[in-house]
Amino acid sequence: MSVPILEVVDLHAAYGRIEVLRGVDLAVPKGAVMALLGPNGAGKSTLVKVISGQKEQTSGDIHLAGVNVRHRRSDELARVGLCTIPEGRSVFPNLTVQENLTLMSYAGVPTPAILDTAFGYFPRLHERRHQLAGTLSGGEQQMLAMSRALASDPALLLLDELSMGLAPLIVDELYDTVARIAQSGVSILCIEQFARTALRVSDYAAVMSGGRIVASGEPGEILDTMADVILGGAA
Amino acid sequence: MGSLFAFTLLGLFTGAAYAIMASGLVLTYTTTRVFNIAHGAFGMVLAYTFWDFTQRQGLPTLLSLLLVLGVVAPAIGWFVQRFVTRGLGEGPVSVALVVTVGLLVGLIGLAQQIWPPEPRVLLPFYPETGWQMGDTYITAHHLITILCSIVVAGGLYVLLNRTRIGTAMRASVDNPELLKLFGGKPDTVAALSWAVGMSLAALGGILLTPVVNLDYYALTLLVINAYAAAMLGRLKSLPLTFAGAMTLGILESWAVAYLPTDGFWSTVRPVIPALFLFAIVVAMPQAQLRIGQVKGIVAAPVPGLGKSVGWGAALLLFALLVINVAAPNQVLLIGTAATYAMVMLSLVLLTGYGGHVSLAQFTFAGVGALAYAKLDEPNLLGLALSALIAAGVGALVALPVLRLTGLYLALSTMAFAVLMDKMIFQAEFAFKFNGTLQTERLSVLGFQIAEDTSYVWFMVLAFVLLALLVLVLRRGALGRLLIAMRDSPSACGTLGLDMRWFRVGLFALSAGIAGLAGGLFAGLRGSVGAADFLYFQSLLVLLLAVVFGVTSVTGALLGGTALMLLPEWQASAPELAGLLFAILGFGAVLLGRDPNGLANHMFKGSRWGWARLAPSFDEKLGALLPRGIRRPRAGLDENDRYDEDKLVPIADPADVETTMVIKGVR
Repeated sequence: MSVPILEVVDLHAAYGRIEVLRGVDLAVPKGAVMALLGPNGAGKSTLVKVISGQKEQTSGDIHLAGVNVRHRRSDELARVGLCTIPEGRSVFPNLTVQENLTLMSYAGVPTPAILDTAFGYFPRLHERRHQLAGTLSGGEQQMLAMSRALASDPALLLLDELSMGLAPLIVDELYDTVARIAQSGVSILCIEQFARTALRVSDYAAVMSGGRIVASGEPGEILDTMADVILGGAA
Repeated sequence: MGSLFAFTLLGLFTGAAYAIMASGLVLTYTTTRVFNIAHGAFGMVLAYTFWDFTQRQGLPTLLSLLLVLGVVAPAIGWFVQRFVTRGLGEGPVSVALVVTVGLLVGLIGLAQQIWPPEPRVLLPFYPETGWQMGDTYITAHHLITILCSIVVAGGLYVLLNRTRIGTAMRASVDNPELLKLFGGKPDTVAALSWAVGMSLAALGGILLTPVVNLDYYALTLLVINAYAAAMLGRLKSLPLTFAGAMTLGILESWAVAYLPTDGFWSTVRPVIPALFLFAIVVAMPQAQLRIGQVKGIVAAPVPGLGKSVGWGAALLLFALLVINVAAPNQVLLIGTAATYAMVMLSLVLLTGYGGHVSLAQFTFAGVGALAYAKLDEPNLLGLALSALIAAGVGALVALPVLRLTGLYLALSTMAFAVLMDKMIFQAEFAFKFNGTLQTERLSVLGFQIAEDTSYVWFMVLAFVLLALLVLVLRRGALGRLLIAMRDSPSACGTLGLDMRWFRVGLFALSAGIAGLAGGLFAGLRGSVGAADFLYFQSLLVLLLAVVFGVTSVTGALLGGTALMLLPEWQASAPELAGLLFAILGFGAVLLGRDPNGLANHMFKGSRWGWARLAPSFDEKLGALLPRGIRRPRAGLDENDRYDEDKLVPIADPADVETTMVIKGVR
């Protein structure tokens, strides 16, 4: 088996004295889509922050394509092919759509290529390219955010709560885009509270609870066995 | 008609120089959210540097210009961003303001230390060259300035809108964390914008020096022109800032041309920026409420009523002792210290509790003093009226800024301080130019407090009473409102609080306290003049208040004492006068991030020491005293007489340890 694109080994992280990650072990194989599910407060978003370099771990290691990335800053990681789309709307509200796209060129792809890809996938963004991103609808903003994942051709894509605050129909559309990105060979770690849509596009799934990975496997199994954990018993 | 054209052209020249300055200010503000009050001061220091390079070192003009604009200024900008202002943009506005005011004072001190006062001349560029246009003469310097401003405007437009790093500058204001995830470097971007901003400050300062002369204060005050111009663009839009700067330049030029050269109207010219600023502020739309940023704000403890009365009485006793021991001239100094302490007390209310910054607090004291002298009623009624008048003036300052955020309030106060300093205080109906007014000592219920010693003690008494008032306000419903408003205006808005009038009231109350201090000060001195209430003094008041702790009454007391000592030290070592300013200013830069100041560290220290000493002290006391009259510990009420057979009531887990000790002794 080849080296996994992301390997997390016994990762611990804390906010002050409160430990949030208590030994996370996780591996995402190259080219795979992994869904990471779990209830509120399980530590999913903290895991994303630590992997993307926004937060320092207290112990444990993260390997990206076999390279240990401890003490790497988030901008360095972004430039070498880690694309993180954080929780909420990850656009700059006071910049126009086109300016938002221009800034995506830090990841290494020249601006014209980014504009081509983004406008090709989302013609709506082309119509609104001179509009401030803050005035777009939630779905359009998320399209703009996804453009970065599409255009910058990352080695690993981290998606945090893509569906937050969006209509189910739009969430479905966005996950179609995720599936398309996956087809182009990008490895994806996709964090979700709402399991079904994410499981539809993923190859593997893991469940997080209380700062640990409590189960992992095929999406079908996970859904059957862990329904009460991931869906809080409601489904 | 010809003269109108000529003066308009002259106005365009000053306007262009203001525009260069203002655009630097707007650049740093929009890209890092730190409003640099010291922008003019940096321009001043860099203009002195330019003088040093050209005149003292004898370097060629063009080389010196390149060195200052291309090396020294960017280096300073990088340094300031890296070590001083980084992270300030996310914090409360008051902290950023205090830190940059610290920079301002520190830079003035530094300039005085490096370049001691002496006449210096900085010639305009190409002084002999000029062209006759009709009946107007344009010098090369004018033309260069106007060309520079056009280049700056174009350059900034291209930088911010057409380049990726410029786009990143604007993006880093929105969300620096996200910019990092994009692969950008927010710190590099911020450093670049400070470097560019500093170069623009330098260019503006150098271009204006032939007009305003190499003067520590005149060049520093250019920041008011700059931000008055920037207000037109709401501190954001560069094109409107340029328009504002040009308007300001032309207005000033017309004021020179068409206003009478003597009397009251001749004093209008220096205050045009301030008037312009107030006019714009009134026309500005409502600002959005900000969501609070509570993180990291730890308040100093607020003492209970008993404790504060006790300490107040102790202070009064101590003051009585010191006043009777001290030499006569030192007694007057104690009175001055009490005045400063009272003015700082007004800042405790406004800045410490309310979170608003005032850069004109000592000016309000001046208003109080002026009213006291003019009313000529040296009794409690006259004093109360002076305080009321100062409060009214304070309300007038806060009123136009009603709908805007705290930053605008602070900027308006600085403009107001300069307005009073340069125009009102020097007017015929006030102190007159270089004049003083005679005042009489205060009479209480018919008895005049004529003796220096008793008057000074009365001032200390006034400080104690005001301090008690402030503390009672803080502990009451009003105090809760203040803290809530400081922490999250938008949360208060959703609760249905109308903060606008409350803010005006708070500002008026604070100005009233300062006015009372001013009135008492006037009585103490016997004669007061405009020179006693320079705007610069207000900046020192703010800085020392913050250094010693603007959230506690103790801080005000210590700060007042320090501010009284400052000129004494400067007088005893005149060669170090500038250095003291520099130390104070840069000290405030270091300490400004913690508004609780040194006083809070003192509280912490004493609490720590008390926690160590108290148990053993109690042990010894317990052993000495006979069984019957043993003192109950704090945390236990009088009626909780503890008996071996009963359980010891425990008020608070923290008291467990000490209670155990007591039990052990018994």
